Amino acid sequence: MNCRSEVLEVSVEGRQVDEAMLALLHTILLHRSTGKFHYKKEGTYSIGTVGTQDIDCDFIDFTFVRVSSDELDRVIRKAVAEFKDALNITGSDGMGQISLEFYQKKKSRWPFSDECIPWEVWTIKVNVVNLANEQERQICREKVGEKLGEKVINVVEVINRHEYLPKMPTQSEVDNVFDTSLKDVQPYLYKITYQITDSLGTSVSTTMRRLIKDTLAL
Amino acid sequence: MESDLSPQDKKDLDKFIKFFALKTVQVIVQARLGEKICTRSSSSPTGSDWFNLAIKDIPEVTHEAKKALAGQLPGIGRSMCVEISLKTSEGDSMELETWCLEMNEKCDKDIKVSYTVYNRLSLLLKSLLAITRVTPAYKLSRKQGHDYVILYRIYFGEVQLAGLGEGFQTVRVGIVGTPTGTITLSCAYRTNLAFMSTRQFERAAPIMGIIIDHFVERPFGNVGHMHPCNYRAPGEEEGGAFAGVEDSQEVCTTSFSTSPPSQVMVAPGKEGGVPQVPMQPCHGAQADHGHVSSCPTGDATHHIPATPPSSGEDAEALSRSSEVKSTSPSDPLDATFTRKVGAFVNKPTTQVTTAGLDLPFAAFAPRAYELEENDPMVHPPDSPATSSPLQGSLHSQASSDNGGQTQEDFVMVDFKPAFSKDDLLPMDLGTFYREFQNPPQLASLSIDVSTQSMAEDLDSLPEKLAIYEKNIDEFDAFVDTLQ
Repeated sequence: MNCRSEVLEVSVEGRQVDEAMLALLHTILLHRSTGKFHYKKEGTYSIGTVGTQDIDCDFIDFTFVRVSSDELDRVIRKAVAEFKDALNITGSDGMGQISLEFYQKKKSRWPFSDECIPWEVWTIKVNVVNLANEQERQICREKVGEKLGEKVINVVEVINRHEYLPKMPTQSEVDNVFDTSLKDVQPYLYKITYQITDSLGTSVSTTMRRLIKDTLAL
Repeated sequence: MESDLSPQDKKDLDKFIKFFALKTVQVIVQARLGEKICTRSSSSPTGSDWFNLAIKDIPEVTHEAKKALAGQLPGIGRSMCVEISLKTSEGDSMELETWCLEMNEKCDKDIKVSYTVYNRLSLLLKSLLAITRVTPAYKLSRKQGHDYVILYRIYFGEVQLAGLGEGFQTVRVGIVGTPTGTITLSCAYRTNLAFMSTRQFERAAPIMGIIIDHFVERPFGNVGHMHPCNYRAPGEEEGGAFAGVEDSQEVCTTSFSTSPPSQVMVAPGKEGGVPQVPMQPCHGAQADHGHVSSCPTGDATHHIPATPPSSGEDAEALSRSSEVKSTSPSDPLDATFTRKVGAFVNKPTTQVTTAGLDLPFAAFAPRAYELEENDPMVHPPDSPATSSPLQGSLHSQASSDNGGQTQEDFVMVDFKPAFSKDDLLPMDLGTFYREFQNPPQLASLSIDVSTQSMAEDLDSLPEKLAIYEKNIDEFDAFVDTLQ
């Protein structure tokens, strides 16, 4: 099966990185989360309700919608914070990308561990710029807001092509398709990884190594 | 082409489309209320949340949507449209965007209605939630309030985009194929907001004076079917509110905010000493009970009486309303009046003179002036605007020509002075305060009078000192009275 891959690029100022990433990641997850499944007898299930919340950005003229789940928000914020820290640590170039990958687990026979098969990957490429004065920052606020708006429209466009989505699983298979660890919403299984590009353009794949480690550990 | 669809599927599909249309309208209107929306996730299904999304239903909006649909469903050639427009405090309006829910003939026969279509409609609603925050009208709606308000209109039939001006953009929210056609949701939005930039901050100064009943006919005849994007706090008694609503008269008059400047005209017509409360400006008074302040006070619990009180009870209504926190039942309508009066810039102000008034403090007026002219030791306040109504000059001719106070002088939202009765004097205390809150500068301070140069001042100083020394006893006596 082919994995769908989409790339979004944004240029932001340092203090806008968090909010820009949150805005896009949450917009994607809004579309890739459902209510909690409640399986009943005879293989039927009912679905819980997903609430939504408007979030105003402080450093960008932008408001985005996320699912009302503080747990999910915490997880995403943590990942974004790590990404931002990594961006700060490396040279002043300030380029990197964060990837949100949706995958399915496929059970393998022993001794092989389960496979993680991605079916959709969103990559957000970030270019951090430095601005000289407040006026430029103000302009950047608005410009980045508009850009994020365009990205949201891109995301919505892709999602509404209604391409491959995993089949709704039976009760025994639900953990292979959905992340059932949250108590209020149920996103598709996902993982967030990031890469920082140093000034030479080569990618520092510390997190790629970690990803591989995680995969082997499963 | 519906022969392949089972009756149950057909019924389900119709129901899905109907509720999808209603939820679409809710999402759009709620996104233009000017507030952040927040709903809670619930892990246990309640059975009443369509498309597994927590989208509140504002009854007024559902009512309007159902009325527009009139029992029909969006179909081929029959689109459901939600038009969002902006109306300024001067009465200018502009269409900002039109959201269209359309259906085309492209059918997807193989799709499962109860499962796939339902889930895709849910996805489309999520997309709508995201996109409604992205179009330019969202930012405008978050800033609505005093200068302008956002209105919505729902109509069914052919899409009308002419009002969006040249160069409007279209964004497609998404599509869902069904066995009977493909549902498309899109938004066409205006890009040319030039009108806004020139008019946004123009405000006609409210004109002091007596209100005459201007409104013998509706000023904006063809706005019809426009509704304010105002959110009503839950728990309000709304059942009765819709019984008498007349759509054609739900004009934007209901949608002005009740922030302080709109309260200038609190004391209505005082001609002949009988207050005429302007409770029926546009015959849309009935519609006003749908209005709720969209101010951030969150004070969204006011009911406008369905039938306006007769003028005899007006005094009661006014004095009662002074207890209301930030708005009174008459406020939105007064606000309307304020705007309308402001529009009629040629209307003469009433010239109020001290001579013509039975002012309690009129006796002080000449004395204060005299004293201050003679006494250079008294330092009058720098700006007359900050002086209390009782200080300083009470030259009322000039004061009423100031064009009223600037908007910022009003601190009280609803200026109903305590202990004042409206019907005793031709001019009541509230009007008095307003008239004299901005007294003109003292003549002795004005630049015209003090045309003497510094040198001349210094020259005339010895003479002045001599006069003062002569009158020293008088001054001493005056100082004694102050102690």
